[in-house]
Amino acid sequence: MIHAIGLFGRLYLTSIRAKMQYRAAFILLVCGTFFIGAMEALGIWALFDRFGNLGVWSLAHVAFLYGTVNIVFSSVDITARGFDTFGAGLIQTGQFDRVLVRPTYVAILVASRDVGLHQLGRLLQGLLVFAYALYALDIDWTVGKVLLYVFAVIGMYVFFFGIQIIRATMCFWTIETLELVNMFSHGGQETAQYPMSIYNESFTKFFTYVIPLACVAYFPIVAVLEVDEPLGSTMLFQYLSPLAAFVFFGCCLFFWFFGVKRYQSTGS
Amino acid sequence: MSIIQVEGLTKSFRIAERKAGFFGAVSGLFSRHYRNVEALRDVSFEINAGELVGYIGPNGAGKSTTIKILAGILVPSSGRCEVNGRVPWRQRRDHVASIGVVFGQRTQLWWDLPVIESFDLLRDIYRVSQDRYVATRDELIELLDLRDFLDTPVRQLSLGQRVRCDIAASLLHEPTIVFLDEPTIGLDAVSQLSVRAFIKQIAEERHVTVLLTTHDLDDIEAICDRLIVINDGNLLLDGTIDDLRSRYGDGRYIAVELESFKDVPHEHEDLVVERSDSHILFCIENDVPAFINHVLAEYPVKDLLVTHPPIERVVASMYQTERIAS
Repeated sequence: MIHAIGLFGRLYLTSIRAKMQYRAAFILLVCGTFFIGAMEALGIWALFDRFGNLGVWSLAHVAFLYGTVNIVFSSVDITARGFDTFGAGLIQTGQFDRVLVRPTYVAILVASRDVGLHQLGRLLQGLLVFAYALYALDIDWTVGKVLLYVFAVIGMYVFFFGIQIIRATMCFWTIETLELVNMFSHGGQETAQYPMSIYNESFTKFFTYVIPLACVAYFPIVAVLEVDEPLGSTMLFQYLSPLAAFVFFGCCLFFWFFGVKRYQSTGS
Repeated sequence: MSIIQVEGLTKSFRIAERKAGFFGAVSGLFSRHYRNVEALRDVSFEINAGELVGYIGPNGAGKSTTIKILAGILVPSSGRCEVNGRVPWRQRRDHVASIGVVFGQRTQLWWDLPVIESFDLLRDIYRVSQDRYVATRDELIELLDLRDFLDTPVRQLSLGQRVRCDIAASLLHEPTIVFLDEPTIGLDAVSQLSVRAFIKQIAEERHVTVLLTTHDLDDIEAICDRLIVINDGNLLLDGTIDDLRSRYGDGRYIAVELESFKDVPHEHEDLVVERSDSHILFCIENDVPAFINHVLAEYPVKDLLVTHPPIERVVASMYQTERIAS
């Protein structure tokens, strides 16, 4: 296992170096994702400027949530790119056979094969929004809150990574990456940027109990920001809810192993 | 001692049938018909350590499927298969550490990296110790003459260079068995010769077992001592090249060079393989001396050469015979 992690590191650095060879494309793509994110943030600012607060949520509160979600989501896009491009890059080309003849874990070779460096622009944009939120909010950071925040961020990372694994696993059946599943990756990112309390109840329930998106974004961040919570969750629930992401991730991995086995018995 | 054992191997695929055209594609989204395709039917063979075996058959015969099962990529529908004493798909990671695989049409090297860095990464993936790695690597570089383009990114290599690098890459971890899936496909004549010579040499020096699929029968004649032929998922023949000839092409080619194209009798058209103004090529199954006498008496012969039929022709006649039989 230790060898596998070291191997992942080496292969991943190799993919970064390979990407860097196409310098102009790299710079343009990074600028692109930065400005797309910046336009979106500007839009949110314009709405708050025109209509005032969103219930108890001020612009700074939303910026805290938005910044966090975008930092994590772009980090996942950067690191889980191998799963993101799995269908077109490995399944459609038949290169997945090559992966199966290597004496190491399939997931490690898949994850390290590609890197989404262009999302560095989005990452930077998220960091800027988050910095603004920290500046504007003056949060009373206790040890508990710091731990909860770190827990939520790791949970959110694991959650979005799990979605990418599901997307990739579907390719064993569909050959192509299904746009449908983007509903939960990019759609999930869009949804999580805003407080869950603005959505209707069944939607909120779906993103809490079925796809535990609110468990890694809304609930723990409510506890960190100490805003009023109209959904009526308890403090204990807010602190423990990121756990759901790890269970979810376990299910995603299980689905992945199942997919690999299926490929081996049906592939051609 | 047999290092590969295959017994009653069967593999069927369920293939979704598509109707032609755009509307066919759309209707395929809603209702699908599946069809079972038997890629392998009850195939059995054993291969001993150190053997060089050619595995041939027409397109879609099941060659790649067999290689993929032996390499642990696919699970068969039924049958038994052991390689190096392991069941490939059950102990995949242990199994693949002891084999090398070359898919001629796909590279295993990192497209954007210099060749030498791909080799370094393979050392890490296969956990080869530094000493052994350096020794094996340098020997392979020498034998395959790779030195001039070790620092070139793989995407800039010619096909011949790339295939040589791919073969070297498959041997860095000193596997006991190598599967070569069409290693000479698309190569020019010079590269083909050097790849063949290398495979033969490395197999003998390092006592590596080689299973090689190809459409180029010159590969087989140059490299292999044994030949397994499959067609339509069935094993047709397992033996030497001489076995193949005696069963399906035990004739002789008689190439006649003519003095002039006048006075040439037009007879035995069913025996003529090729005819031009100055040459006639006959293929004779029985009583070769009598036929030669006949030719010498009746034709304006300048020169005459008797050879074995080329193996392509033998195999073509075998496929034909088997198709009629089934």
